[in-house]
This record gives sequence, C-alpha cells and structure tokens, in this order.
Amino acid sequence: MPMWIEWTIATKFLHEGKVQSTLILVGIAVGVAVIVFLTALITGLQSNIINRTLGTQAHIKVQPTEERNRILPPATGSVQLVLEDKRAQRLRSINNWQQVRDVLDTLPRVTAVSPVISGPAFARRGEALQSVVLVGIDAPRYLRIIPIQKDIVAGVFRIAAGDAVIGKQLATDLGLRAGDKLRLDGGQQRESVVNVAGIFELGVRELDSRYVYLEMKQVQSLLNLPGAATIIDVTVDNIFDAQTVAARISRLTGLKAESWMETNAQLMNALRSQSLSTQMISAFVALSVALGIASVLSVSVVQRTREIGILRAMGTTRQQMLRVFLVQGALFGLAGSLLGGLAGYGLVGAFNTFGPKLFFIPVSPWLLVAAAGLAMVTGIISAAVPARRAASLDPVEAIRHV
Amino acid sequence: MSEHDASQEVLRLQGLRKSYNVGKPTEVEVLHGLDLRLQRRDFAALVGASGSGKSTLLNLIGLLDRPTAGELFLLAEPTRSMDDARRTAVRGSAIGFVFQFHHLIQAFTTLENVLMPLMVATGKPTREQIERGRDLLAQVGLDGLEQRKPDQLSGGQQQRVAVARALVTHPALLLADEPTGNLDSKSATEVFQLFRNFNREFGCAVLLVTHDSRMSEQCDRTITLVDGNIESDA
Repeated sequence: MPMWIEWTIATKFLHEGKVQSTLILVGIAVGVAVIVFLTALITGLQSNIINRTLGTQAHIKVQPTEERNRILPPATGSVQLVLEDKRAQRLRSINNWQQVRDVLDTLPRVTAVSPVISGPAFARRGEALQSVVLVGIDAPRYLRIIPIQKDIVAGVFRIAAGDAVIGKQLATDLGLRAGDKLRLDGGQQRESVVNVAGIFELGVRELDSRYVYLEMKQVQSLLNLPGAATIIDVTVDNIFDAQTVAARISRLTGLKAESWMETNAQLMNALRSQSLSTQMISAFVALSVALGIASVLSVSVVQRTREIGILRAMGTTRQQMLRVFLVQGALFGLAGSLLGGLAGYGLVGAFNTFGPKLFFIPVSPWLLVAAAGLAMVTGIISAAVPARRAASLDPVEAIRHV
Repeated sequence: MSEHDASQEVLRLQGLRKSYNVGKPTEVEVLHGLDLRLQRRDFAALVGASGSGKSTLLNLIGLLDRPTAGELFLLAEPTRSMDDARRTAVRGSAIGFVFQFHHLIQAFTTLENVLMPLMVATGKPTREQIERGRDLLAQVGLDGLEQRKPDQLSGGQQQRVAVARALVTHPALLLADEPTGNLDSKSATEVFQLFRNFNREFGCAVLLVTHDSRMSEQCDRTITLVDGNIESDA
C-alpha cells in the first residue's frame, strides 16, 4: 500500500490525541452540517419558487418585434430635428408563424413549442362585465407547456369550436358553472357565445380571474386577425439555459424572444442574492473550519516536535513527515464531513417531517459527496502550513526539544 | 568488501570543522579539524567535558548536521555533498541511534517502535522483519512486552527498547549519546552489556558518548575531546 507508514503514523497520532481529535471533528461536523443544511434548504426553496413561477408560464415567449417609426435620414450637410411620437403597438401576427414553429421544433434543447393567439376582450353574462384575456391555443401543444388539464376543478378540459375553459375566479365573478353559456366581446361588434366546458384553478389570481382558453380559430375571428398567432411559447430542457436559447431564437428568426429570466428579472435578482448570501455563509463557515484544522495541527506539530525529530533521525524523509500531517488534515476533513453530512441530512429530514411543510427539501447524494470531497481538500490545504513546519524541523533541534 | 571483513572502514573524518553562526559576528568554531577512523568491530568511547563538542561531533557523524569544512566518509562514501534525501536514506540504513532519553514514540507499541526504522524505509513490515524485531526484543530481555506502550515500561526497559530499535536495520555504526546517563547503575550495566554483545555478535562499530569513567574504561578505545580537538585516542 502506498504511503502506508504515513497513514499509520497519522492515524496513531490522531488516536493518541483523542480529545483534541474529537473536539475538532465535532467542530468540522457542525460546520459541514450547517453548509449541507443551508445549501439543501436554499436549493429546495429556490427550485420550489421556480417551479411555481414556471408552472404557469412558458420559459421563452417569442413575439413580433415592436413597430417603430421610420425616419428619413437627413441629407448630407444638413441637421434634422425630430419630434417623434412613438407608435401604438397594435396586436399583430407573427409572420409565417407556421414556419417559425417548425424551425423551433427542430432546435436542440427545446422541449415544447406552442403557437398562441392572445388578446383582450370582455366577458359578459347578463349585466356583469369582466375584462378577460382570450387565449387561442393548439391544445395538444399547449398542454406540454402548461398542463392545465391537471388543474381542472369542474367540467372537462375540452378545446373545440364553441367550447371555452375559464378560470375559477372568473367563473365565480360571473356566476358560471360548467355547461353554462358565456358571451365574449372582442370589440367592434365581434361577439360570440361559447359553452363553458371546464373551469381550472392554477392558483395564480391573474390567470384564474382573466384567462379564457379557446380554439385558435375562434380567437382569430374575435380579434379580427384571421390565421394569426401573436405569441409562440417555448419550453427548454434546462430552465437556466432559457436565456441562451432565447438569444439564439432571436438571432435565427429576427423576432423578439424573451426568456422567463427577463420576464421575472426581480425574482431572478432575489434568487441570485439569496444564492450569493448562502455561498458567503458557506465560505465563512468553511474558512473557520479550515482555521480550526490548521490550529489543531499547528499545536500538534509543537507537541510532537521531539517525536518528529526522532522519526527524522530514524530515516523518515521530509516528504514523509509532510505527508503525515497532510493525511491528518485530510482525515479530519473526511471524517468531519461524513459526520456533518449525516447530521445535515438528519436536519433536512427533521425539517421535512416537523418543519412548516411549506415545501419539501430534496437532498441529492451528490451534495454529500461534494461536501466530503471539498472538506477533504480543505483539510489538506489547512494542513499545509503546519505540515511544512513539521517537515522543515531540524532533527537536532527537534530531538532536544522538551 | 564482505560484511565480515573486520578491517572494513566504517567511518573516516578528514579535517572536520564545524562552526555556528557562520558569517555573523558571533561566529564560533566548535570543532577544529578532526581526523578519526573507526573500523568495523571498533568499540570506542567518546569522552570530554561539557562544551568540548561531543554532541556536535555525534550529530555530524549521524548525518543530522552538516560540517562547515572537511569531509566525513561513511562506509567509504563522502557525505558532505549528499542531498537531504540521500542523507536521510543513509542515516536510516547505516546508522543506529540511542539517545540519553529513550525517545520512543508513545503512540506505538514496543514492537512497532523497534520496527519503526524499517517501516519508514519500506512500509508495512514483512513477517521476517517482525520476527527480527521480536528476536531483538528477546535479546534485550523484553520478550512478552511487545504490545506494551512505552509508558508502561520502566526507564531501563525503555532504553533497552531504544537499543533494539537502533539495531533493527543492521547498522554499520551505532551511535549512543550518554545512553546510560539517565539510568540506575544496574540498568546502566545491562544496557552497556547489550552494546558489547551486539558489537561482538553483529560486528557493528559502536561510538559511545559517556561521562562515566567506569564505562569508558571498559571500551576498547577512548577518544578524548578537549575544546574541539582530539586530545588522545587510545
């Protein structure tokens, strides 16, 4: 076995200094437990928030670019003063959206593509009037992005000519039940009466009180945009790649592609700061663990100065002496992180079982492996200074040391 | 050269000098150019007053320290230009040390302490090596105490373990720095007898630093050091 003697001396030294070893092990374990628990907690919390946010929206929204005034460039040698009124953005179709859809279908990392036509309307029942958002969908495609059929609370999810699926809040506001009729007014005398096939509840007030899902054709005629799609919703396999994929789509199609990270910039900002503060806490805990290991080993080098001298006199090389202390550091890190990892695991389990149960924290076994590996490296690095001291001791001086 | 060649030279010093604080105003020369030869089977005492340079000389011979000038041949090999790793290797294989205080390592058992020079050189001890360790412990009269920790032994027993440890590598030269200085006279005599026996049996040269005239009288040679010079060698 390579380094047998280093391991043997290191473990005997650790065993002999039981009290010291135990104290620092507990210290390391507490540090690692804090890091594991905190990391798991924040990761769980964030993935929970992201899932809730993205559960009701696409990762990328592809839309037509904004309309701008075209201003004639000034003639050479002349100066032009421009007073410009921005143009009102009317509802427009994506040009050739069928082709765009087919291109997006072939892109790598894109998991679902759903063209949608969406615009404002009024929903009327008797005297009651509510402003709503008409969403014309291609049902099989749309369900791969937002699986509304799972959130149907009354009726069935059916998108066919003359059928609508509406939110629970809207149903309450208008006193509708599944099977009732609803009058939709797209403006300019374009009206139609639809049958409420199902009522959904996504848990997001905006959607539950305003969304009316219809067949695409029906919305096209209500909004007077025959054959149009105003938005193409896209999901990707890794949500954090949305930004890159969006940029690619934008370059490829010349359309405006906005990722969920841009749409939810505030949320992303909050998540980032949260991650940053977690990392800061972890770094400082790791630093104090490292300093603990370093100081225990430094004391040990002083205590064992004479024994180091004897070992050197008996043919132990500087490198061997160095490794004896590096191994001690590594063992501290490894054993401490295993204990700490288990404790952290226990804490997470306790949180999941007895905590507020707002969300579930999963612990990936990789987190434990990473913690153990990192702690071992930290142990070795913190042992470097004392180990170098031990290796550089002059055997003559060391043996005389009392 | 065979191991049994009695005339084989183990150690030769040529104009060996040692100064401390070299280049500083406090520079002081402790050894002023020593010449000395030790043959296999030599059993020599190194005597001298405190401050005469005995310990310094022993550290130089043991390759624990480097001379300022002159050369030191160990088994006919010049040692001054050796790098640190080579010196450590030679120290581990050719020289056995016994110190005034036993200097055993508390974390290891008696047997492991004896085997330590072998373990640091070659790793996990072989069955033959373990057997040799047990043999040596038996020869120093400690059979049955192999698994004891050093602090469970008396001072004389600990020093005998240290003797066994010094001999486990079959060293060509055994260096002892007042090995009996810390022992009662009965234990001291026993330890001294061990040196004698091993010198005869294995033919390893012994250089013994001692203050005790009764002990130096029993040696074949007495090298007297006075103020960093060899005053007599007989």
